[in-house]
Amino acid sequence: MLWDWGYALEILPVLGQAAIITIEATLLGFAMAAVLGLVFAILRMLGPAVAWPVSMLIELVRSTPLLIQIFFLYFVLPKFGVTLDAFTAGVLALGLHYATYCAEVYRAGLENIPRGQWEASIALNLSLYTTFKDIILPQAIPPVVPPLGNYLVALFKETPLLSAIAVLELMQTAKILGSETFRYVEPITLVGALFLAMSLVSAALIRQVERALGRRFVR
Amino acid sequence: MTLDRATPMVKFAGVTKRYGRLTVIDGLDFAIAHGEKVALIGPSGSGKTTVLRMLMTLERIDGGVIWVEGEPLTHVERGGRLVPADARHLRRVRGKIGMVFQHFNLFPHMTALKNCMEAPMTVLGLPKHQAAERAAELLDMVGLAGKKNHYPSQLSGGQQQRVAIARALAMRPKVMLFDEVTSALDPELVGEVLNVIRKLGAEHDLTMLMVTHQMGFAKEFADRIAFFHRGKIEEEGKPEEFFGNPKNERTRQFLRAVLDAV
Repeated sequence: MLWDWGYALEILPVLGQAAIITIEATLLGFAMAAVLGLVFAILRMLGPAVAWPVSMLIELVRSTPLLIQIFFLYFVLPKFGVTLDAFTAGVLALGLHYATYCAEVYRAGLENIPRGQWEASIALNLSLYTTFKDIILPQAIPPVVPPLGNYLVALFKETPLLSAIAVLELMQTAKILGSETFRYVEPITLVGALFLAMSLVSAALIRQVERALGRRFVR
Repeated sequence: MTLDRATPMVKFAGVTKRYGRLTVIDGLDFAIAHGEKVALIGPSGSGKTTVLRMLMTLERIDGGVIWVEGEPLTHVERGGRLVPADARHLRRVRGKIGMVFQHFNLFPHMTALKNCMEAPMTVLGLPKHQAAERAAELLDMVGLAGKKNHYPSQLSGGQQQRVAIARALAMRPKVMLFDEVTSALDPELVGEVLNVIRKLGAEHDLTMLMVTHQMGFAKEFADRIAFFHRGKIEEEGKPEEFFGNPKNERTRQFLRAVLDAV
């Protein structure tokens, strides 16, 4: 028989544990991407002296594969005296990689704010910090939540790359189970099913958030 | 530095502004006294709006110095010379100036009240209840006591502009700049905004500079009219004189054109 239910049920708890690692990597990686992406987007607005190096970094990260960045952080940085455990290296790589994409999204949101909002902020003598915090970001971020949500799902689906540096996330766990028992059908299928289920759930959650923001913002 | 009412509230000294090769303000010398109400008129592109925008530091100046109460706006005196000022100096002097825009520029994600509380709380450090009290008073003064909790999109253009006036006043400026504040309004809403400005002029010791196409209002409200043409003041004078007996041929042409259009 191709599918062994007994084996599938036996490995499900192990894969469930691994799914937690996958979710942790996703949430931590995306939190970093969301924050760092915003930092990149704002830095790029602060004049050419700051914008130029930031743009170079973004270009570098976007033009190289995520897998290479993961390897770089895990295997190359130790040569420069920075040793990271696999999970940390993986999360940092995911976060940095997706930060560059999020930066583009934020930029679109920031550029959509009319000049008049900046001018009113100057006329009211608001500091640059207050202008961003109270005036610009509350208007720029809600419209970009949907594209940011898409990147959250995209990042989630790229977490199996962390198996390459032996982070015990879903994919790596499935591979280990497979090599122990020489049965790959159940573990790999279950991993696919778990990803599908979690993707659908997060997409639904993102729609909820969108709707809530829409209610708050459009009047 | 001693200040008295003889010191001009605002003084432009040889101020120049260029956009690329185009000179929009050409060595402007222009002084406005404490409490004076000056209307800037002139054809579009004559530089009158740029004058307000330079004073509000929305435009960098390319030459000359702007003085506010005897203090340079974008410069500081160091060793007898004027050098460009840092952001702190700029913010301190800019605090004396408030501006109302043609397109209101209210913060769309804040209620009328919050619009008027934001700057007093974050810039002046007013506690929340005090900022709310001040904002409510000002909204009451502009006739919008009942609209405190409305968002800008729920208000008419005239109401939005009155919120914008209240918002600027909440910072207690000494100089108020009005940049074509009725130009974006439907004709039937112009009156309510002009009435608020009239009331301000009558009840407060504010210096006011307004760019306007409302000749009737300029004539009745302003102490002085300045006619701009190609980045210079071509003619200025008291309203009766200016409108009754314009000396300059360009002024006459302009007045004929705008008065014909009405």
